[in-house]
Amino acid sequence: MSALGQPLKRIEDRPLITGTGRFAADEQRPGQVHMRVVRSPVAFGRLVGVDTEEAAALPGVRAVWTHADIADLPPIDFRMTRIQGLDPYRQYVLAKDYVRYVGDPVAVVFADDPYVAEDAAEMVFCDIEEEDACLDATLDPVPFMPETLPGVLSEPACIVKAYGDLDAAFAGAAHVIELEVKVGRHTGVPLETRGALAVYDAARDVITMYGASKVPHYNRDSIARMLGLPQDHVQLSEGHVGGGFGIRGELYPEDVLVCRGAHVLGVPVKWVEDRREHLLAANHSRDQVHRMRAAVDANGFIRGLADTFFTDQGGYVRTHGGTVSDLAAALLPGPYVIPAYRVEGHIRLTNKTPAGTYRAPGRYETTFARERLMDAIAHRLGLDPVEVRKVNLIREDQMPFDRGIDALGTHVVYDSGKYHDLLERTLARVDYPALQARFAARRAAGEKVGIGLAFFIEKSGLGPRDRVTLTVLPDDRIEVVTGVASIGQGIETAMAQICSDVVGLPIENIRIIHGQTERISEGYGAFASRVTVMTGSAVRLASQSLQETAFAQAAPLLQTRPDDLDLVGGRVVARSSGAAISLSDLAAQLPEGLTAEGVFEADHMTYPYGVHVAQVKVDPETCGVAVERYLVAYDVGRAINPMMIDGQIVGAAAQGIGGALLEEFVYDEAGQPLAASFADYLMPTSHEMPPVDVLLREDAPSPLNPLGVKGAGEGGITAVGAAIAAAVDDALGRPGLIDRLPISPNRLHAVLGARA
Amino acid sequence: MADKRAVTLNVNGKDYRITVEPRRTLADALRDDCGLTGTHIGCEHGVCGACTVLVDNRPVRSCLMFAVQAEGRNVRTVEGLANGEELHPLQKAFWEKHGLQCGFCTPGFLMLATGILEAEPDISDEDLRDVLSSNLCRCTGYQNIIKAVRAAASEMRACQPSASL
Repeated sequence: MSALGQPLKRIEDRPLITGTGRFAADEQRPGQVHMRVVRSPVAFGRLVGVDTEEAAALPGVRAVWTHADIADLPPIDFRMTRIQGLDPYRQYVLAKDYVRYVGDPVAVVFADDPYVAEDAAEMVFCDIEEEDACLDATLDPVPFMPETLPGVLSEPACIVKAYGDLDAAFAGAAHVIELEVKVGRHTGVPLETRGALAVYDAARDVITMYGASKVPHYNRDSIARMLGLPQDHVQLSEGHVGGGFGIRGELYPEDVLVCRGAHVLGVPVKWVEDRREHLLAANHSRDQVHRMRAAVDANGFIRGLADTFFTDQGGYVRTHGGTVSDLAAALLPGPYVIPAYRVEGHIRLTNKTPAGTYRAPGRYETTFARERLMDAIAHRLGLDPVEVRKVNLIREDQMPFDRGIDALGTHVVYDSGKYHDLLERTLARVDYPALQARFAARRAAGEKVGIGLAFFIEKSGLGPRDRVTLTVLPDDRIEVVTGVASIGQGIETAMAQICSDVVGLPIENIRIIHGQTERISEGYGAFASRVTVMTGSAVRLASQSLQETAFAQAAPLLQTRPDDLDLVGGRVVARSSGAAISLSDLAAQLPEGLTAEGVFEADHMTYPYGVHVAQVKVDPETCGVAVERYLVAYDVGRAINPMMIDGQIVGAAAQGIGGALLEEFVYDEAGQPLAASFADYLMPTSHEMPPVDVLLREDAPSPLNPLGVKGAGEGGITAVGAAIAAAVDDALGRPGLIDRLPISPNRLHAVLGARA
Repeated sequence: MADKRAVTLNVNGKDYRITVEPRRTLADALRDDCGLTGTHIGCEHGVCGACTVLVDNRPVRSCLMFAVQAEGRNVRTVEGLANGEELHPLQKAFWEKHGLQCGFCTPGFLMLATGILEAEPDISDEDLRDVLSSNLCRCTGYQNIIKAVRAAASEMRACQPSASL
């Protein structure tokens, strides 16, 4: 039986359940020193001086650096979505001239012991002339660094995308509906904080950084460039990774500092941040305000949509460049036809932690915006919200659907989809009419309970390509080397299943090497739900190529023709005679061994889609919202391992519930973060999680790759905010009440009071 | 800096003679001084539970306890769960039920669950969910963790009938 589509147990789990995994903080080298970052205590100000004398004198301290000590290092460049005009807003690895958020790295201490490094860091005095912080991205732009960069304002770029005749759409509209919504600031917050260990091997003149993740090859190239070293003199190595969610593995100041530290000090340098630092320093996300205006006909069909939105980018523009805003702008129309559209996305800097991508970047926000708009249209026109969606959904016969705009430099063409069909299946799964009747009865009995539904599309499988190499090893084993990374999502198992499908060996016999720049020349990383699509396709191509080579080599040995051969259970078998040879034995007989390479290229993304249904109960006394049940229906084209996909979806739904109800980076008026610990930044526990039902479908395989797969990592989160908001409206009998996330008890109490 | 002190930690039945500052947390001592890096540190303020170990068979946040306080106590960590190659029922259940993804929180959940199931083999589903809400997981959404602990509870009950039977 093929391994494809089977809910197989993961091959990566044993070290993780026995405590023998190797995460960044588990790396140790003799003679290592510990790095501690001194961070700005204020949100915005002119950095006049940094007094390091007392810290440097503390026994056990090896060095204390400020910007002056690393002035040759350029700012950290963009990995993606480089937009004209962003350059002045890049972050230096240590603050230069100004500090722009609480947590901005100002100095680093290197010491023999991590406790001493922390003691010394507290002795560093930052002389900062504090200025008024800018904390509202919707206000007029303000100077970025007034004295040193005069005229540079806090709007680095405005992304404009448009198609269709918007004027005509509004001119003939039966209704014009306007809506402003806001999604709060929250982010991935993996359980493992960031960390790294850099080792300089003077004999080889190579710096190796352990603790890499997500995009090791790109970061290797960037670090080498920043340090002025040849590319092959920097290597990155990935161990176990305690969750990614978009934020981990981007190139951060600390990564560059450990490498420079190891290079200059000549000893291994280890850095592990604490949780407060993580919440202050790792990328934030979301935080968008959308102002929409829709031209609608009498049936609820959206003739045209105009949107102006603001992304609160925080203190600097980091590696993602304009990615989040670009995705938001391109994917706001989502699964609906919307024949005319214009969007203006303002990227605005404030004095908060810089922002980047977080699982479903730009889609969580715009799905909330768009689906709230659909509900508003339904309410205004007196229509059923589900019916309004049906009127607007792109039909199966319109696929592939060319949106007429770009996202991340690729043309947006929805590759396949049966949107109406999935909506019907979803309604059937929850028995929608019966569910509505049941909830109506409970409301009549005084309970504040409601149902909310939201439709979304995701995007996945970003190119440009991926490469894998396969080597047949002794003892019926195969090694697969890929340049992508694992962030804990089970890629070893998924890749092994794809390889196993062709070669017939059990997945336990297939070893996946990932995240090691020394092992393979290129790799594009683990983000944008791209691994199963891109790397998976490359594994399939490589496996097929291995089969072809094996047949060609085995045919003379088995005294037959290649077309008489099958590959069964890792053995090449002649159908005519039954003669057979294992791949391992065949490899042993070939001077070059048995290897294969697979390269998969894609210039378009794939677009999975789904529906979320939330059932909530509001406590009118506390204004707390409890999610009673949750459903995610998701079409991933083809499921490699349904158990792991189910896990991805449920886990993502939990994060979505966090963003919808609990998680928010709140600041006071001076820009001091008020959610810098897990006591204040609240993530869902098992208490807050409802039973999540997953309706996994394979109705619309992608025509863009040999497996037909679409990415499964993000769809569990995308529509959570939208569905829960609709459910809370329903529970309270107040259509349109919720226009902002998170729906915290105090905010719900305030709007209920204000609008009572 | 305060002077270092000699401490003997008994971890998984084995004595570790280490010398630590009084301020050194049990979590750091286990990881850096005993070399037992299976205990993970996720927040250092006692919320996430990734560092949960058993001290005298009760679940404890090892980031909130000093190493010197553990002297003379019995400490159990994830490294002591399996019996050689034979996994503990909880370990097997987490694997079977896909109760982990990145695996960073897993040792903490395993020790928390070990502590509770040893103390209360017949714990109700509601109480179990309540206890498991002590720890944070960012990958799984908890559904499979709860399934895994329930499955392990049944297996452990089957293997070791409770005294009341």
